[in-house]
Amino acid sequence: MSPAIADPDVILKAEQVSKTFPGTIALNNVDFAVRRAAVNVLVGENGAGKSTLMKIIAGVEQPTAGRLALDGRPVVFHSIRDAMRQGIGIVFQELNLCPNLSVAENLSLADPPVRFGIDIDREQQLGRARELLARMEHPIDPTSLVSDLRIGEQQIVEIAKALAADVRILIMDEPSSALSAAEVEILFRIIADLKRQGVAIIYISHRLEEILRIGDVVTVLRDGRVQARANVKDIDVGWLIAEMVGPIEVAPPVQANAAGEEVLAIDNLVLPRAAGGLTLDHVTLSFRRGEIVGIYGLLGAGRSELFECLMGRYRRMSGTVRLMGRNLAGLSIAERIERGLVLVPEDRQRDGIVPGLSVLSNLTLASLGRFLRLFAIDRKKERRAVDEIIDTLSIKVSSPDVEVAALSGGNQQKVVIGRSLLTGPQAILCDEPTRGIDVGAKAEVFRTLRRLADDGLAVVFTTSDLKEVMGAADRILVMSHGRITGDFRRAEASEALVVEASTARSRDGTRSTSGATA
Amino acid sequence: MTSGATALRAVHAPSRGRSLALALMRLRTLIALILVCAYFSLTTPNFLALPTLVIVAKHVAINAILGIGMTFVILTAGIDLSVGSIVGVAGMVAGGLISTGLHITFLGLTIYPNAIETMLIALAVGTAIGLINGLLVTRLNVAPFIATLGTLYVARGAALLISNGRTFPNLVGNPAYDNTGFPILGSGTLLGIPLSICAMAIFAGIAAYVAARTKFGRQVYAVGGNERAAALSGVRVNRIKTVVYMISGFCAAFAGLIVASELVASHPAAGETFELNAIAAAVLGGTSLAGGRGSIFGTLVGAFVIGVLGDGLVMLGVSSFWQMVIKGLVIIAAVVLDQIQQRMHRRFALQAQLLLA
Repeated sequence: MSPAIADPDVILKAEQVSKTFPGTIALNNVDFAVRRAAVNVLVGENGAGKSTLMKIIAGVEQPTAGRLALDGRPVVFHSIRDAMRQGIGIVFQELNLCPNLSVAENLSLADPPVRFGIDIDREQQLGRARELLARMEHPIDPTSLVSDLRIGEQQIVEIAKALAADVRILIMDEPSSALSAAEVEILFRIIADLKRQGVAIIYISHRLEEILRIGDVVTVLRDGRVQARANVKDIDVGWLIAEMVGPIEVAPPVQANAAGEEVLAIDNLVLPRAAGGLTLDHVTLSFRRGEIVGIYGLLGAGRSELFECLMGRYRRMSGTVRLMGRNLAGLSIAERIERGLVLVPEDRQRDGIVPGLSVLSNLTLASLGRFLRLFAIDRKKERRAVDEIIDTLSIKVSSPDVEVAALSGGNQQKVVIGRSLLTGPQAILCDEPTRGIDVGAKAEVFRTLRRLADDGLAVVFTTSDLKEVMGAADRILVMSHGRITGDFRRAEASEALVVEASTARSRDGTRSTSGATA
Repeated sequence: MTSGATALRAVHAPSRGRSLALALMRLRTLIALILVCAYFSLTTPNFLALPTLVIVAKHVAINAILGIGMTFVILTAGIDLSVGSIVGVAGMVAGGLISTGLHITFLGLTIYPNAIETMLIALAVGTAIGLINGLLVTRLNVAPFIATLGTLYVARGAALLISNGRTFPNLVGNPAYDNTGFPILGSGTLLGIPLSICAMAIFAGIAAYVAARTKFGRQVYAVGGNERAAALSGVRVNRIKTVVYMISGFCAAFAGLIVASELVASHPAAGETFELNAIAAAVLGGTSLAGGRGSIFGTLVGAFVIGVLGDGLVMLGVSSFWQMVIKGLVIIAAVVLDQIQQRMHRRFALQAQLLLA
């Protein structure tokens, strides 16, 4: 990489930026140039480091090493307000609106117009909001509460909020994921409009066809490094997938496991969504012993909800779930675990670990009944089981009495998997088991899943990572909008087929709904 | 594993000073207790004499028993503001049963239960109020602060209604009704130790065992540490939460019986603001109001710090106004130290783990 030559087209440059978190390296010496009056596309799989890089540019996070240069001059952003003052706006992947406030109040949250420096000038606030929403070509009433809006409309408000400040660089992190087809068209018109005004746009998306349509230049990140750069006019979807995913290297099993008897059968599962429509749309599936099934899908495809339904977390669902031929209807989570169904939840911090407790207590939480002698926990027996599972899963920990919060992401994940294994399950559901853990730990997680399948469990995992699903699963299911849109044996599956199935539209024509997993 | 072991030794060798600091921090409440005792024994004649210590311990017993129940509730990230009122109600129920008996209107009968039965009924009433708290929190989704604030008022009102606000005096019972013996709980001894102190020891022993060694105890910690993770691991979160409020109600009722028995009278205002002492004991002992962290032993030590400080300052002749100021400062200092210890602990653990990776 040539050092910063004053290229008049480049407004912002990130040079040799690195960012490390406890246990993982999110960005490793990344160079990234943002061009004026252009749509600068950033692509990469989940965990490639896109969002981290954007947070650094927007001042949300500070880089561990490296620097930023704006208009050729070095800059340091200490906070998001700092970056805003320099004309950098960001639309986050997760919605950042206050649902209890009105649209107009949200749009001028940072610096509302005031009368005589005392109270808020509501008239002016409303006027400002109307103006911004008119620019978005969207008939949203600025006085309505944000919580009353559909997710797609909230996304529009979010974008309008970023435009409220005078931006020179606008970062959009998956802005289209919650929008309907018509709303996406509006978004693209706004982007074209901003481009004409000279605004530099950084656009992150998983929808490859979208990128080819509106992008100018593209940067591909993989595992925290820049994998490739290109002009969009020179590339196609195949190139993008190849660069994003890389060679498939997760080793296939020595022999594909012969699928055994049916363990888990799902018939006609339907879960209605509060806002209307269906989160799960007539799902019928069957999982067998010895088989690893990977469920691939985009954010909000309904994968987590499927697992939570199987565990009995929703009352509104209809359809039947059978484990070893027995209907699970009406059983509590505890009773399902007893019968041999366990979940390794997606959000390790929120649903997985109990941070204040030791590794030992975390591991045995779901299987305490096994260690009881009358009323008391037999500590020797508990310790033996824990030592054994730490050894089997090679959890790196100095002692089982260490608080689980001190472990790296990968090791925390193994603790959560270990907890499910101690219950002696028949079927294990892993929701995004590799989210937020480093590459080495990922491979180990899949080796563990393979071993479990070899031991005769039915293993199901979800992922948004194409390489993982292609490399680690015996059978690949694709979900989109609550439906199963693809079901392939590994030998039959190709990346193109899987990607195509994952972007299938739902019956009512809208695209995916990101709010569903939030 | 060998490389891991050497790495560990490498971590431990230069950090002996650190682990000592951490150990001192962890035992800070106990150290504070020892310092307070040492100070009063130097400044107050007879402070270490057995009769004084027994009196102090009797005062502590009530707060300690309340604090033990409170600790279970706080461990689940809840709070029980109603314990002071339950103290009042339990005393009044016992006083009423001894003084006027139980009227069964449609039979035109009045039953006088004996002393043991009387106490069991009072304990059942306290546990039932705890059950109501638990159901409000789990079934009706009322925030624990609000639910127990409500029962605080209701139970206090009920205590006043039982006697129309009057005191039941002279609860010695009547040999003719075979209901004598209630004052023994407050004044009797076992092997020379007052019964209330024995009760405190038994409560603490059972509670510490339950918290540390049983499935229920482990699940209490898990619910407070991460409720969602506990639920997904098959913990019956609602049941656990309901039971901790019942435990708290039971403990409060027992404390109420001790108070009434020691006075040989029950007053409807008994136990006012006791809930604050119970919370203070738990917090001083290192229980986190965010849930998931704390111990019965810690609460016991916390109750002793409050009790010794209170009685010692009285003996020193410090005005009760200053006593309150000092008590408040001690509580705040305890929580500040707790935060510092948490931060130290987390940093050391993270460093040890990094070296291992």
